[in-house]
Amino acid sequence: MSLAPTNADLAVDPAAAGADSGSGGRRRFSINLRQSGIYIAFALIVLLFTVLTGGDMLAPQNISNIIVQNSYILILAIGMILVIIAGHIDLSVGSVVAACGAVSGVLMVENHMAWPLALVLTLVFGAVIGAWQGYWVAYFGIPAFIVTLAGMLLFRAITLTILGNRGIGPFPDAVRTLSNGFTDGYLGNVGLGVLGGADLFSVLIGVIAVAGIVVTQWRTRAGRVRYGQAVDALPVFIAKIVVAAVVVLFVVVQLARFRNLPWVLVLLAGLVLGYTLLANRSVFGRQIYAVGGNLQAATLSGVKVKSIVFWIFVNMGVLSALAGVIFAGRLNQANPTAGNQFELDAIAAAFIGGAAVQGGVGKVVGAITGGLIMGVINNGMSLIGATTEQVMLVKGAVLLAAVAFDVWTKRRAGASR
Amino acid sequence: MSDTILSMRSITKTFPGVKALSDVNLEVLRGEIHAICGENGAGKSTLMKVLSGVYPYGDYEGEISFDGEPCRFGGIRDSEHRGIVIIHQELALASNLSIAENIFLGNEQATRGFIDWNKTNAAAAGLLRRVGLDENPVTQVLDLGVGKQQLVEIAKALSKEVRLLILDEPTAALNDEDSAHLLDLLRGLRDQGITCVIISHKLNEVLAIADTVTILRDGRTIFSKPTTELTEDKIISGMVGRDLDHRFPPHDPQVGEEVFRIEDWTVHSPTQHGRLLVDKANLTLRRGEIVGLAGLMGAGRTELAMSVFGRAYGANISGRIFKDGQEIRLRSVREAIKHGIAYATEDRKRYGLNLIEDIKRNISAAALGRLARRGWVDDNEEYRIADGYRTSMNIKAPSVSSITGKLSGGNQQKVVLSKWIFTDPDVLILDEPTRGIDVGAKYEIYTIINGLADQGKAVLVISSELPELLGICDRIYTLSAGRITGEVPRAEATQEGLMTLMTAGQEAGE
Repeated sequence: MSLAPTNADLAVDPAAAGADSGSGGRRRFSINLRQSGIYIAFALIVLLFTVLTGGDMLAPQNISNIIVQNSYILILAIGMILVIIAGHIDLSVGSVVAACGAVSGVLMVENHMAWPLALVLTLVFGAVIGAWQGYWVAYFGIPAFIVTLAGMLLFRAITLTILGNRGIGPFPDAVRTLSNGFTDGYLGNVGLGVLGGADLFSVLIGVIAVAGIVVTQWRTRAGRVRYGQAVDALPVFIAKIVVAAVVVLFVVVQLARFRNLPWVLVLLAGLVLGYTLLANRSVFGRQIYAVGGNLQAATLSGVKVKSIVFWIFVNMGVLSALAGVIFAGRLNQANPTAGNQFELDAIAAAFIGGAAVQGGVGKVVGAITGGLIMGVINNGMSLIGATTEQVMLVKGAVLLAAVAFDVWTKRRAGASR
Repeated sequence: MSDTILSMRSITKTFPGVKALSDVNLEVLRGEIHAICGENGAGKSTLMKVLSGVYPYGDYEGEISFDGEPCRFGGIRDSEHRGIVIIHQELALASNLSIAENIFLGNEQATRGFIDWNKTNAAAAGLLRRVGLDENPVTQVLDLGVGKQQLVEIAKALSKEVRLLILDEPTAALNDEDSAHLLDLLRGLRDQGITCVIISHKLNEVLAIADTVTILRDGRTIFSKPTTELTEDKIISGMVGRDLDHRFPPHDPQVGEEVFRIEDWTVHSPTQHGRLLVDKANLTLRRGEIVGLAGLMGAGRTELAMSVFGRAYGANISGRIFKDGQEIRLRSVREAIKHGIAYATEDRKRYGLNLIEDIKRNISAAALGRLARRGWVDDNEEYRIADGYRTSMNIKAPSVSSITGKLSGGNQQKVVLSKWIFTDPDVLILDEPTRGIDVGAKYEIYTIINGLADQGKAVLVISSELPELLGICDRIYTLSAGRITGEVPRAEATQEGLMTLMTAGQEAGE
């Protein structure tokens, strides 16, 4: 037997230890770039189209349109990012959107059920679909790619069975308001100088939102300082807050000048907030990252891996149902072709937003930003009169470029090891 | 003296911010076996990557000459063309292909553009005879054990008309029998005129096989001497730069009452129906005691540990587990953790850590509930706890927000141990706790293990290195072919005695 140190660890390059400390500065920079690259890219794309459209891009009505037109994709992207973080994929969401839209149509329109009850039942139906897929993926061990590919066909078939070749409509006013409508001018208007009149309630909500951001960010920072953690330098911190506040206020004021806040924006804001908290702070959310990062290690750490994966698919089903109702409400019709290719947009949003193909990485806000990038490209290009094939071409290139950038920064980080 | 086949002079290789190699010299004589020894990070692998062209000419400073001619390799193909072949520690075989296909991968035996299978398989069979591997060339590689796969790699090297064979930790994953066979084979190749460079940490093997030993430390050549002038101690002191009088920290055990016991523990293979992995094992652990579990590869050590740890491995498990005298059932890893059992895996990269995640999230992974109120994690508290472990365990990282994948093996192991200590266990099962980490870090791990025992925890250490078990354990069980064959107090244990028990009943078992 050997008296010597057995070193089975040569896979780690000997330069690793030194390179960590040596190139620390550059590494920190590239990590920052990787994390914030998506937001910078978003800002540049918005800027580009603002210039190309002579400012129409940021006109009150257009901002409102971008939000309302992309709301269902953004809702799907929230569910999809969690699925992808866990290391899976869901190809069926487009069909689930259609199936749930059909079910809600049957309940609300054909059976005249009260819309809140019908909405809840539709969400339950989505949950059942999610549970069905979650069962096959988590407990039966079939790759999600296959299960949801099958689901894509199955749930489209269910949609067609329910609807045949027709659409069901019109939807109740409440549902249409949720999809398409705006908050009322509860408090009347307020004059904003050269900008003209704007809805006071909307502006107040914007101000409250900014105050909320400032307070929570400040408290988080103070908490970290108290625990002796590294935080952004105060000027950087303030700059970030100011940028966030300006963006939020700008959007809200523009909306207030048009037709007040879209209800879907209120809904989306709630979902983003809730799911960000879930992903970052809840035990369940943390375990999603653990499962996606290293399945075996998570299993051996006592994480209920199967249950996590199961519930992630249930969640995806519920969010697909919500998107289905909103989409049907927006068209005022449950349509057999609804949701076609939505899965591709949702998946693209997640990957543009920084999710890793291998799982374990991703942020809710990133997926939303990714979805907005796609939405802005769609909208901006149609404003400048681009054709459908040109839009497709650009979206495809952006998706590839985003993932290529991610792979490149990762490789660069790896090469300095 | 005899002539030099390879000469590397004044090799300096710089990575951003760090000098991995600094003015390294290596002279290898024709037809010798030359061993390179050094701690993790000493620069051995980097040197071999320079030699084999992984780092192309221009990426380093210094001169390489092979067989009297200067070499400026642009890539691995260039070095292989000259007859320099490197076999990495992680074998590079395509497991779904046959032995013959692997041997001639990238060098297919074709006639007019089509692969000539008769030629391929016949040539492969000839090479397999040379390396003493009695297998059909059409056998799939995944059906072979690691030892045989290693031989296939060597056969592949021979097919390339190798003149200088470089082996990186060739015996790290092999059992003693396969290691011995491999070393014999290397001697045979030397007699056929093939020069070998081996990187190894198993100093007894180095002394047994090498003609010359070169020691690297911190990217510099310390010395290069004929083996006849060396002893293990001299090599170790050259590697670490200090005399290792005390490889193991002193420990005065305070053994209390029994805390954990398994009875008639039996485990079957989950893949091969009916195959017995652990056979009616009985084992007792007491508070404050460090107990060793010794066994050869395949004896069932990890299988025993993982099956106890909430049935994380194995099928058709039977037997009884007692904790503090009460019988308990551990049906899942979660239940095992809840009952105060912790298991730190032997393969921390695959099973122990989330390498893309930071230190603090790895440490909290197995006991996130302790940091949470109503399902919400207090991440400031998480930081504080993790930072506490960073200090107390001496995890070398800028902060607990550093990614674990970037840490060295020793520091990764400390993260794994922190994770399990944070679950507040009474019983820790540590599977190969010092595998793949350097001498200095090993000492720290031993100190941590002693500290755990002093807190009244029972520690079960599984290790392939008998000196390690003899150095830190109060009592050692031996496992052979799934059966506990002995229980020896530290005072009575010797390497020879343990080895006898570890091989006991193997013949009868077959």
